[in-house]
Amino acid sequence: MTAHREAHPRLTENDPRLDADALERERRLLERTWAGGRGVIAWLSEVDHKAIGRRFIATAFAFFALAGVLAALMRIQLARPENHFLSPDAYNQIFTMHGTTMMFLFAVPVVLAMGIYLVPLMIGARAMAFPRMLAYGYWMFLFGGIFLYVMFALNIGPDNGWFSYPPLAGPAYSYGKRGDVWAQLITFTEVSGLVVATCLVCTIFKLRTPGMSLNRMPLFVWAMLITSFMVIFAMPSIVISSTCLILDRLVATHFFNQAEGGDPLLWQHLFWFFGHPEVYIIFLPALGMMSEIISTAARRKVVGYMEMILSMTATAFIGFGVWVHHMFATGLPQFGVSFFTASSIMIVIPTAIQIFNWIATIWTARRLQITVPFLYSASFFFVFIVGGLTGVMLASVPLDRQVHDTYFVVAHFHYVLIGGSTFPLLGAIYFWFPKITGRMMGDRLGRISFWLLFAGFNLTFFPMHLLGLDGMPRRVYTYPGAMGWQGLNLLASAGAFVIFVSLLVYLVNVAVSLRTGAVAGDNPWGAATLEWATSSPPPPYNFTPQPTVASREPLWHSELRPPAIVGLRPDDREVLVTYLLDAEPDHRYSMPGPSLWPFLAAIATSVMFVWSIFQAQGVVWGAIPVFITLVGWFWPTKGKARLERGVTGRLTARESVS
Amino acid sequence: MTPHIQSIIHPAGIEAARISHLWWVMFGICAFVWLAVAAATLIAIRRGRHAASAATDRQASFAVASAGVASVIALVALLTQSVVTGRALDSIRTPDALRIQVTGNQWWWDVQYENPTPSLRVTTANEIHLPIGRPVAIDLLSNDVIHSFWIPSLQGKIDLIPGRLNEIWLQADTPGVYRGQCAEYCGAQHAKMAMVVVAEPPDDFERWLTANRASAPAPVTPEQERGKQVVERGPCAMCHTITGTLAGGHTAPDLTHIASRSSLAAGSLPNSPGYLAGWITDPQHIKPGNHMPPTGLNADELQAVLTYLETLK
Amino acid sequence: MKPRMMMVLCGVTCVALMAACERETRRYKELPAAANRETGVRVSQLEPGMPQQPADVKSPYQENAWGISEGKRLYAAYNCAPCHGVNGGGAIGPALIDDMWIYGAKADQIYATISQGRPDGMPSFGGHIPTQQIWQLVAYVQSMAGEVRATTAAGRNDAQMGAVPESRQPAQTPIQTGHR
Repeated sequence: MTAHREAHPRLTENDPRLDADALERERRLLERTWAGGRGVIAWLSEVDHKAIGRRFIATAFAFFALAGVLAALMRIQLARPENHFLSPDAYNQIFTMHGTTMMFLFAVPVVLAMGIYLVPLMIGARAMAFPRMLAYGYWMFLFGGIFLYVMFALNIGPDNGWFSYPPLAGPAYSYGKRGDVWAQLITFTEVSGLVVATCLVCTIFKLRTPGMSLNRMPLFVWAMLITSFMVIFAMPSIVISSTCLILDRLVATHFFNQAEGGDPLLWQHLFWFFGHPEVYIIFLPALGMMSEIISTAARRKVVGYMEMILSMTATAFIGFGVWVHHMFATGLPQFGVSFFTASSIMIVIPTAIQIFNWIATIWTARRLQITVPFLYSASFFFVFIVGGLTGVMLASVPLDRQVHDTYFVVAHFHYVLIGGSTFPLLGAIYFWFPKITGRMMGDRLGRISFWLLFAGFNLTFFPMHLLGLDGMPRRVYTYPGAMGWQGLNLLASAGAFVIFVSLLVYLVNVAVSLRTGAVAGDNPWGAATLEWATSSPPPPYNFTPQPTVASREPLWHSELRPPAIVGLRPDDREVLVTYLLDAEPDHRYSMPGPSLWPFLAAIATSVMFVWSIFQAQGVVWGAIPVFITLVGWFWPTKGKARLERGVTGRLTARESVS
Repeated sequence: MTPHIQSIIHPAGIEAARISHLWWVMFGICAFVWLAVAAATLIAIRRGRHAASAATDRQASFAVASAGVASVIALVALLTQSVVTGRALDSIRTPDALRIQVTGNQWWWDVQYENPTPSLRVTTANEIHLPIGRPVAIDLLSNDVIHSFWIPSLQGKIDLIPGRLNEIWLQADTPGVYRGQCAEYCGAQHAKMAMVVVAEPPDDFERWLTANRASAPAPVTPEQERGKQVVERGPCAMCHTITGTLAGGHTAPDLTHIASRSSLAAGSLPNSPGYLAGWITDPQHIKPGNHMPPTGLNADELQAVLTYLETLK
Repeated sequence: MKPRMMMVLCGVTCVALMAACERETRRYKELPAAANRETGVRVSQLEPGMPQQPADVKSPYQENAWGISEGKRLYAAYNCAPCHGVNGGGAIGPALIDDMWIYGAKADQIYATISQGRPDGMPSFGGHIPTQQIWQLVAYVQSMAGEVRATTAAGRNDAQMGAVPESRQPAQTPIQTGHR
């Protein structure tokens, strides 16, 4: 085999490996190699990133629906003053469950799930790194959510808010097991998140197809990369703090006990050091989705590629330096908190740059298509910006001291989270639905559900600004009639009903389109990125032959005719591992196939986690089954050449590697 | 109650007025920014639809940079206003302020007016009287979990954290009755942990303070005497204090001057005999989870107790 | 899924439901006269015929985490600490965390002790505090001696520690010592 790289290699039409019959044979072999199999065991052993991504998205939306029902119950209770629809204990459990579900079981998993599905396709890879660990991450997420809701049904649902401050959440004031259930749910979801983030980083760094140097990656992939790093740095903080809380509650440690040298504020620092990056974890992938959708609708690349990447990176970095703005009312020294005012105001600037770049992209569009995904993305400019601006207000200590812990803050974070993440997400689902399912979603129903959501959302959450200014605090199960708050509360509750209808219409759209939607071709939107270069839905092996890229918008610059990769073994799950910066080929790697061990390991881990809530020895004895499943998982398999380097690792399109 | 007694944009004191002013400045700037971006978006969509723009990417980037610079200017303006307000808020500190100590409990406020002479101290609960025009320093403690002391008409909030002493400065300038509420989730009845704040002229305030220094008046009628007996011999004395009687419990609000307060149960109920009777009979119905149990008094005992409590002005 | 497996699953779920429901229920609204099941303590060792086994009365809050937590709060609020010790270790009054019970360790006996008072210093709380609070105190006192399930008993105090928290107190067999 020759080992040198030729300049501008081209595939000729006469290349024998590219003739139609040869490709067809290869496809059939690949299909057999990469397909998941049928039956319950095969379903439980699935490691295909697309299948796992679909499951993740569906499960996250199921939790979204549950949390939405809880929100509806809250709004019914608050529609009238001194209402008796929910008892105080029920309301406190419900608002805690709503927040916990939305933040830990919907918002983060769903954006990571979009990455799981799309990133390998966008980077031209056949699989995601560490597929079994990815499956394990899904099962941990699912089991954590099931665990929480089973506990909720048994009246052991947490009731101290999604942030669970000690001493209220500590052993002295929070009796029974509710607080421990909350803390352990965190463990489930953080394990899942960390695992998925690790897979994403490794995939993006090492599995990009040749030609896709870092500065040719799609903006969505950049967003997922930065988000994954944020997950890796932020989540350990809450793992630590929730572990300290469980230890305080179960084995009488004193992390948050002032009298023995601990500090309730330690919890707040640790929690918000995670909690603030958490909201940027939720937000950043949506920025990536918006870039792709706007670029496609405007039929041009996004203005300022470098600026967009630098803005997202800056947001991520600064996002780790603003957490004390959640603690402005605790009485911390003024000099210290003023630093956080500055950083909290500063963090607006990168996002503003992104917003202006998008507007410039739309402005200079080549015949903008106002598709339904574009509508959802465009609503960002009206909805998110309200939240961003109220965020600047909250960054000011004097004003925050007045509106902290009021409905003003509730309005703020719903505007930024829903406007900044959920609206783009719904647009993204609509946008990538044809790729995932092979069918288009209905346009009419799509527009109806969008406008209903836009109207309902503003009807629900805008009055909350006014309620906060008028003095209504958060986390209250009722309010006095004489305060004059009932009008705005009733309006908010009515808006919640409109939101419910809009999401119902969206769901109907999904359900109907799955059956009778228009069949989608490879690239119904005329988009630019690699996932649109394969069939809808993609085959299990994603691509054959594996494409390379020569530009940032590969499908819009097909005249460049970059070479394709041929020669990866069709009888083995082989992927091409590349170098980090310029994605030059490094070596071939044989990916593990379907395996039941991730599922079994997740079961063992879940048993250990749940057991340890009720008995401290659960950590010890429960670790044994976990160990056993991990041994099974990592048991070496014989016979496969797992790692095979080509000579000096450089492959060209013309080389045969069989 | 009149509306807007808990509103941050209807200030009744200098500190809240400074913050309210900050709010309006920020609102003005932010509203302008939002309108500008919304307009730009709509115009962009219109131009994009017709492919009407001939701008190059270089020109577009320049426009983005200019907008970025404008944003920074706006943010600096907001930051400056915030810093200015913050420094103005600090200027209220003075050595001869009125000092009050407030201790947060689940779910009521223990209020003590400090004085170097112990016999001149005043203890009350869930109600604060303030003289207008005089700076007030409030020391904040907590007996159990984290609460937050917030009187929107007068000042921002600050948390009461067990094991820490926090301090808040405020001043009432407009006489009236305002409402404060706990603003940090503190358990089952966080929603009903409010307080009444009465801002009055200094003379009225001194009169109130003097009246509250007095012990409970001795009962006059036999019914009142019987009520006092029930209070001392029954469950009330286990938790409540009425100075001048044998009731000396410390885990519940001080009742020495209960009849002169305008609310019951930390701002949950108006103070009238009917509501008081309902509260004493079954507090768990009104504020489920709070620490006052149903007292089990029969009708005669209840009537006597009410008669007695009404004398505690 | 096989029908038998379904039944087993349902059975397990029901048991779990019952166990969990009671521990986590916040029983704020109790009727004032609930569970007023006072039984007398026998002050004579002689009985005609064979001694009767005392009825096994339990505090209604035995399995209720909120009730035991309330008992702990009342232990501090009603000044039990100066005589019995802040964590039940004993001072001028007997320790409550050991296995020696002068007037009996059963729930109804402890109820009687609190309600009636006892010679040499134990006040009589009957009529001064509602019966439901006495039952909460009974459950808490039992938890101090490790008589209550670990998942239901209270955790550590938010105070300076002097003792093992009630949830980690090992169960002991109570011995009725009689008044010495």
